[in-house]
Amino acid sequence: MSDQFTGTAVGDPDAPPAFRITDAVVGYDGAPVLDGVDLDIPVGQTIAVMGPNGSGKSTLMRAMLGIAPLSAGRILVHGTPLRRFRDWRRIGYVPQRLTAGGAVPATVREIVASGQVASRRLLSLPTRSDRAAIDEALETVGLADRARHSVRELSGGQQQRVLIARALAGRPDTFVMDEPMAGVDAENQRELARTIDHLRGTGATVVLVLHELGPLEDVIERSVVLDGGRIGHDGRRAPAATGACARPGHEHQHPHPDPNDPDPRATGAEAAPADLIRLEVPGSD
Amino acid sequence: MTELLQYEFMRRALLAAVLVGLVTPVIGTFLVQRRLALLGDGIGHVALTGVALGLLTSTSPVLTAAAVATLGAVLMEAVRVRTRASGEVALALLFYGGIAGGVLLIGLTPGASNATLTGYLFGSVSTVEEQDIWVVAVLAAAVVAVVAVFGRQLFVLCQDEDVARAHGLPVRFLSMLLAVTAALTVVIAMRVVGLLMVSALMIVPVAAAQQLTRSFRVTMGLAVAIGLVSSVGGLSTAFYSDLSPGATIVLIALAIFCVAVAAAGLTRRWGRRRAGTPRRPEVPLGADTMPQTARGG
Repeated sequence: MSDQFTGTAVGDPDAPPAFRITDAVVGYDGAPVLDGVDLDIPVGQTIAVMGPNGSGKSTLMRAMLGIAPLSAGRILVHGTPLRRFRDWRRIGYVPQRLTAGGAVPATVREIVASGQVASRRLLSLPTRSDRAAIDEALETVGLADRARHSVRELSGGQQQRVLIARALAGRPDTFVMDEPMAGVDAENQRELARTIDHLRGTGATVVLVLHELGPLEDVIERSVVLDGGRIGHDGRRAPAATGACARPGHEHQHPHPDPNDPDPRATGAEAAPADLIRLEVPGSD
Repeated sequence: MTELLQYEFMRRALLAAVLVGLVTPVIGTFLVQRRLALLGDGIGHVALTGVALGLLTSTSPVLTAAAVATLGAVLMEAVRVRTRASGEVALALLFYGGIAGGVLLIGLTPGASNATLTGYLFGSVSTVEEQDIWVVAVLAAAVVAVVAVFGRQLFVLCQDEDVARAHGLPVRFLSMLLAVTAALTVVIAMRVVGLLMVSALMIVPVAAAQQLTRSFRVTMGLAVAIGLVSSVGGLSTAFYSDLSPGATIVLIALAIFCVAVAAAGLTRRWGRRRAGTPRRPEVPLGADTMPQTARGG
């Protein structure tokens, strides 16, 4: 399955970066929100894009996915200019919330299955491998027993896991997640961190827009901090100044880590926790 | 029922009612999901101009209505995309423009008056001619085909437009396709329930169905069933009791909606009593989420 990705992207030092952003400018009504951002995200990296509200981190993510149009600069996705990029099944986007609109009920499985929309042909029936991918995605996020539930019956944290499962169902190798920890309780946050660590272990590229590192601290390999539409920091760790919890006026949306938490998160991909359910991701086999 | 089928005009009317009951809730499900429940109303008003144009030029009003409604849908979608903030205003402009255009054109038509339009505004299923049935059948087939081919993509589009973009889906094309399909559906239903009540048959069965369902697919299926019961049941009731068919159909749909709401409330209460716990036992109140504030940047 998905052999076309194997060996080209993951583990190949000559593979073009997952994202190459050059002098990107995005402006809404004249005022630039992104003001010349340069950023290379190599294949296989787990990177956090951080910054205070209004710094442009969400806009950068939207620009990377072609949702927000650039007014200047360019973005290459896996070596192809965004405008000509067609291999969308490689991208797994996890939005911040389940849905902006929509009053019609939908089951967990229906939502997760919709993540395959880019990889399936029109009028095709789901193949065995399609269904297996949905089952695996549900198991990876620990929601297999909720498949037939309406997503509205789930808690915020569980809905977030549904969104990640939706991205997984398309078997992409590049994930873009918009604040997956926001509005999620401690237990679900740990669950999410485990899932993201697992993705990293499979060689996937993971871009996370985050308000703060929180329980993802050990999973993140690189932190970029935006400030006023520009990159203010780029390094292994977020600078202390962005420890947003320390700021006056910071609104808490995360629980502080439990010092007695027995969950030792692995720092290396090869040391992924053994209790994780194995997920077939392009390139992992 | 056999008595009903003795009349040629009732056979045609029933056929039209079946097609309408089948097709309108399908498109309605997507419109409700996309929070465009009033789109059908807007298109209905615009279609009135099309009807008047058909009468004025002595062509089939169903065909001209289809053309003008499609044009109106395209225009509405274009305006909605360009001026996101004032989408509601754009819809309102089309409402008024459509009615005014219709009344103006009918005034220019010799031998026709506003009374001529009444049949289109409130439905006149008993005057459906064979040619109308053909047009309606072809349009209905087209709508079903669109949903069969693009249903999965439309589901993603209606769920979250940004996600659709991030999947590389042709968002603009799909939005346009949905609007045009809705326009054709309006024209299909025009003769049966009338332009002013078309939207009811798109939305009310869906609103009723979603009280009782958990899944998108089942909601759509149940909405179609409710649509069929309303349209065929309403038409038969109207025939035997000498009522206005369009109004009877819509009122039956609304009655089903009320029953569905009551049934959903009862099931919830039952479930709670049986479980002896709050409705969502897996979600202890207050413990599930942190406040979703101060996000994004």
